[in-house]
Amino acid sequence: MVEFVFSEEQQDLRRGVRQFLAERSDEAAVRRLMDTDIGYDPAIWSRLGGELGVLGLAVPEALGGVGGTLVDQAVVAEEFGAALTPGPVFGTVSLAIPALVSLGGADDLLTALVEGTRTAALAVPDRAGRFDAGLVTVTESDGALTGEVRQVVDGSADVLLVAARTGSGVGLFAVEGGERIPLSTLDSTRRQATVRLHAAEGRLLATGAGAERAITHAFRVGAALLATEQVGGAQKLVDLTVAYAGTRLQFGRPIGSFQAVKHRCADMLVLVEHARSTAYHAVWTLQDASDGSAGDDPDLAVSIAQATCSEAYQRVALDTVQLHGGIGFTWEHPTHLYVKRSVTDAALLGSAAAHREHIAATVLDTAVSDGALVVAAG
Amino acid sequence: MDDHSELIEKTAREVVETHDPQSTPPREFLGAVYDAGLAWVHFPVGLGGLGVSRGLQAHADEVLQGAGGPIAFSLNPIGQGMAAPTLLEHAQPGLAAELLRPLATTEHIWCQLFSEPGAGSDLAGLATSAVQDGEEWVVNGQKVWTSLAHLARYALLLARTDPEQPKHRGLTYFVLDMQAPGVETRPLRQMTGQAEFNEVYLSDARIPDTHRLGAVGNGWRVAMTTLMNERSAIGGGSSVRGAGAIADAVELWARRPELHTAVLRDKLAALWTRAEAQRLTSARAGRAATSGSPGPEGSIAKLVSAELNQHVYEFCMELLGPEAALYGSYELHDVKRGEDYRGPVQQRFLRSRANTIEGGTSEVLRNILGERILGLPGDLRADSGKAWKDIPRG
Repeated sequence: MVEFVFSEEQQDLRRGVRQFLAERSDEAAVRRLMDTDIGYDPAIWSRLGGELGVLGLAVPEALGGVGGTLVDQAVVAEEFGAALTPGPVFGTVSLAIPALVSLGGADDLLTALVEGTRTAALAVPDRAGRFDAGLVTVTESDGALTGEVRQVVDGSADVLLVAARTGSGVGLFAVEGGERIPLSTLDSTRRQATVRLHAAEGRLLATGAGAERAITHAFRVGAALLATEQVGGAQKLVDLTVAYAGTRLQFGRPIGSFQAVKHRCADMLVLVEHARSTAYHAVWTLQDASDGSAGDDPDLAVSIAQATCSEAYQRVALDTVQLHGGIGFTWEHPTHLYVKRSVTDAALLGSAAAHREHIAATVLDTAVSDGALVVAAG
Repeated sequence: MDDHSELIEKTAREVVETHDPQSTPPREFLGAVYDAGLAWVHFPVGLGGLGVSRGLQAHADEVLQGAGGPIAFSLNPIGQGMAAPTLLEHAQPGLAAELLRPLATTEHIWCQLFSEPGAGSDLAGLATSAVQDGEEWVVNGQKVWTSLAHLARYALLLARTDPEQPKHRGLTYFVLDMQAPGVETRPLRQMTGQAEFNEVYLSDARIPDTHRLGAVGNGWRVAMTTLMNERSAIGGGSSVRGAGAIADAVELWARRPELHTAVLRDKLAALWTRAEAQRLTSARAGRAATSGSPGPEGSIAKLVSAELNQHVYEFCMELLGPEAALYGSYELHDVKRGEDYRGPVQQRFLRSRANTIEGGTSEVLRNILGERILGLPGDLRADSGKAWKDIPRG
């Protein structure tokens, strides 16, 4: 698999998903669903899983999956991001499925998630996109889980993968019950809930190193897929803005012919192209790591992608408002849906600043002077 | 593709085996590279190429340069980056065969006579005239920002052959012998104190019609070949993480821990990340363009690397504090190209200010991205359709 080169099959996959979403999950559908209690259409979700088979593309055959790659899943994530596809994309596709894959071993839950018949979310706090056992707020005692996890994305899902302190380190549990308190969110298409567990029943999936490995893997994959979702959304906005600037007339000419507008569009293009390169690089790096082949440092690649994509998507979204003028500030125009998604995504699994911190720690704090550069001394 | 890459690597290894890069004079080595078809692998056989995809050039360069062979591009950048593709595409029969080999060996250094004091971003408005006189053209005018003119044997020249036509249509493209009578080169001093560039005065300089590239009046289209290659050459950037200007900032950072602040650390992390995003974008564009001519993607690379260079050296100056106000020397010496980039960091800072001007200003590049890639409508032009001689200038 050559980095940045998509196969014919992957291009077909992209077209297929795009067409399905255009027909079944267009803007009108998104707006209708964002006013509902659960926020998505379970029938569409199960078709995405069962009929199109695009919710768990990177699940190995041994675990009952189709044995595709993370690149396949990233192609789909990009389309989900572009269409603001309602449903537990983040909780189920980006986090829970990768966590279960990392645990290995066939599991009915994994099968159900891939088929879209059940949904899941990862109820594990992260520190800037990395696992930190010190943040775990749930405690296991005699097999029962107690504690609160705040702001779990897709926290109303059927099953929660919950990290809890146990007598033998951190354990990862599958929890079906517990109290889910839906939160009023900036982005109505990406829901959050606070999870309260009072001696809730949980099925132990792994403890200690196995649990930490699964959570770390989920955070990495989740961040890479989130980055491709961000790319999809940002590209969609560039397309919207360019189309508008080419047709909206003021002073007797298309506004896109004014350099003040055109140059801002050019800057949006550069942001999206940079975001795309870093997101794809992260995806390919993680795929290389799963294949056991030598590649980039996965954590660094993910941080480069998240630092770049979070900033790019939000910048592009906010500039889309400006370049559309008044119409871009209205409820009826789609821009605000993307603005809210871009701000939300930027806050998930570490902000751009948090990932720059990772980058600085990796690259700058370890840099060694070779003394070659001259500083003039006057 | 795999077969071709193996053939290329094999051919390159043969060149290295028969011409030890350590003991063979660079011109002779580069001549062998040309004869083996490895100068530009996408060129035809017999003209320095093998007629394969240009994406495969890296396979040849890896072997040749890996063995310590000279880097032809850095010795003759305009020849390699711009003249060669333009000659291949537009030269009259026989001329490319005559000029490409000495270009490839660096026996002939090339320069570019495009910009004028009155024609920068609006290059098509240039005023240097070429008037036909039998089998020759007689050229008069002034060119500027000509790097390497003092060393060059040949120049790519864009001149006006019909002032009655609208500006784009009255231009013709030539190859000028820089040793011809009537060609005078003077160094042009820049804000760093050095003179990388020249002014070139053309006074009744004569060019044989056989050195015309493309049809009379078709010079603009030929120039586009050159400029697309220029931008892609300038913006090519490094394929190595952390290399290029950002390496200077990281080096200063590592060397001067006493100057560290959290604010500066975040600034540098942001610059490093942007440099990395651009490196990956160039790599991705390279994968996409395994064949064909460079497209507008080169304009992204040029735009970003120019602005990034400036931001990196601004960062260095901010990091240095009071030392930023010191300088090496403004004394003009006999400069080699690129010396400003290898000078002290304060000099590199000054030199970087040209990055967003040379090879297409950032403003023009944003127009190109907007119009050619995004398809936005062009700006209104006050000179549209007017004969060149009637366009106000100044």
